[in-house]
Amino acid sequence: MNMTSIALLAWVRGPGFHIALAIFCLGLVWRLIEIYSLGRDPHLAAPRHRAGASGWWTILRRSRPSAEHESMVSYLSGYTFHIGLILTFFFFAPHIELLRRATGFAWPALPTPLVDAAAAITVVALGVMLTSRLLDPVKRFLSVTEDYLTWALTLAPVVTGYLCFHHLGFSYTTLLALHLASVEVLMVCMPFTKLIHFVTLFPSRWMNGDHFGRTGVAS
Amino acid sequence: MSASLERGLDRFREALDADTASFFATCVRCGMCAEACLFYTETKEPKYTPIHKLQPLKRLWWREYTLLGRIAAAVGLSKPVTDAELSAWSELVYDSCTLCGRCSLICPVGNDITYMIRRMRDGMAAAGHAPPGLVGATRRAIELGSPMGVTLATLQAQIRHQEEATGIPIPMDVQGAEYLVLLSSMEIVNNAEVIGAVARIFHQAGITWTLASDAFEATNSGIQIGVSELAKEIVLRTVTAAERLGVRAVVSPECGHAYMALRWEGPDLIGRPYRFEVLHILELLDRLRAAGKLKLASTFDLPITFHDPCQIVRRGGVIDAPRNLLNLVATDVREMHDHGVYNWCCGGGGGVSASGRAEELRLTAFNKKRGQIEATGAKVVATACANCRMVMEEAIDHYQMGVELKGLTELIADHLEQETPEVAA
Repeated sequence: MNMTSIALLAWVRGPGFHIALAIFCLGLVWRLIEIYSLGRDPHLAAPRHRAGASGWWTILRRSRPSAEHESMVSYLSGYTFHIGLILTFFFFAPHIELLRRATGFAWPALPTPLVDAAAAITVVALGVMLTSRLLDPVKRFLSVTEDYLTWALTLAPVVTGYLCFHHLGFSYTTLLALHLASVEVLMVCMPFTKLIHFVTLFPSRWMNGDHFGRTGVAS
Repeated sequence: MSASLERGLDRFREALDADTASFFATCVRCGMCAEACLFYTETKEPKYTPIHKLQPLKRLWWREYTLLGRIAAAVGLSKPVTDAELSAWSELVYDSCTLCGRCSLICPVGNDITYMIRRMRDGMAAAGHAPPGLVGATRRAIELGSPMGVTLATLQAQIRHQEEATGIPIPMDVQGAEYLVLLSSMEIVNNAEVIGAVARIFHQAGITWTLASDAFEATNSGIQIGVSELAKEIVLRTVTAAERLGVRAVVSPECGHAYMALRWEGPDLIGRPYRFEVLHILELLDRLRAAGKLKLASTFDLPITFHDPCQIVRRGGVIDAPRNLLNLVATDVREMHDHGVYNWCCGGGGGVSASGRAEELRLTAFNKKRGQIEATGAKVVATACANCRMVMEEAIDHYQMGVELKGLTELIADHLEQETPEVAA
């Protein structure tokens, strides 16, 4: 069993990671070409003002919850898990060390107990997101298999990382291998599922803001 | 596959651009657009969630324009879009969407859902799934020049009445006038006083204007139903008349879609920029106000609120002008809770009011507006769209609200200083 987990760890650290990285990068490029090569119709109407930075402003503004919303659960848990993911992924010392070895770039880490708490809170927030998807009539109506799949794909690295750090359940080697494997599966799926919004969110908001901006409306 | 379905799906393919694909790819199905849509908030039926209304278009995109979707289609894991499905979606795309644009302003990932619905309607109409009421209006717009079947003779009769009522000549086909004024069918049929109102205001302000006998109708049902060729033809009528008469600007009337169609979609439809400016009537009136050319003799003192027509305010960008004008003429202006770009639709825009089968749903959706109006305590609602006005008048009667509707242009005209005051007896 120990040998199996060592072999698995070696694979996910070596070939597995390279395959996942290749699919992630090529998949992303493929998808972006697929989407943005469809082209845009020209806007020939004289804008009210020069649209200027309205697209860029919308990228920022849409992060701000709109107060009239009844979607506070979505906003709160959505914000929480996104911030939690960023903190745990980018500011956990071992992750930074890994990225430094891969890219040469490094930055200060957050104290480990803080990252630990962020991971736990992220798991709770994702739990709230799932509950809301199952209970809210609109979300339940809209949901397809992909929504539950991407939810699990997002949760898995956080849970396995948390268990790994606390040495809970399985051996450290097994947990680390599962943690890396879960990240790799996530990387493979990101370009081909709604998780691609981590990139396409920005052009989408920009297009929306630019369109509204031409007419003189700050979106 | 029937020929009409094939035509419709071809239109869907033409509708798919980088914007649409980006929006579809980015949607995380958070459902927040539901809360932005009055058809959902007033019925609580999840099928009215704005992004769901695009489902057939999205599936066509996924099946034919994405790697995974094409694989799924090839191995039979994804079903093609069928005629029965489009038929079922007709209610969602037409009856329960006024193209009001509120969802586009709320979507946290920035999806312009309204933009996509507008494009999807092109395919729905081509596939024969536009509502009969809207098809009729569009046919009349082609055959008679007006969706309500208003002819030049009808307009001329109304002009004569207004000339008699105001004592001011109403110019027709005047070469070299500064402004070409368009009217909507609703105004000509239901509310011709607005013609007199415009005449009085322009007379006082000393600007030259004209109507055009071959382009008096502004309503663009081509936009509403989603037939771009027709939308283009209607825009071209106005462009041709404006260029023939050599006007400086074309003035779009108190009609939401007319303004949006002419001001924002028109140049794209005809494939070139205009050689004249397009102004909404309220923009022109606001310019006259700023130049001190609107002289009022009295004010309107009852509590009054303003209903923002979606296509003029949220989709059109005319936000301050109505408020400047209302504050000029009225002393007790009460804004609704969500006003300006966040205003709620009357429920009848985007061709919904022309669709008989949508009537019950439209009246239900009006409850949003009803709540907004009642919360202000205003007894008069001013607006700047003849369609909003008609829709709200009907609903206000239906709910026996005891509220009166006023066009803002008329309201200004009612309080104008008389140029030649009558000598007191």
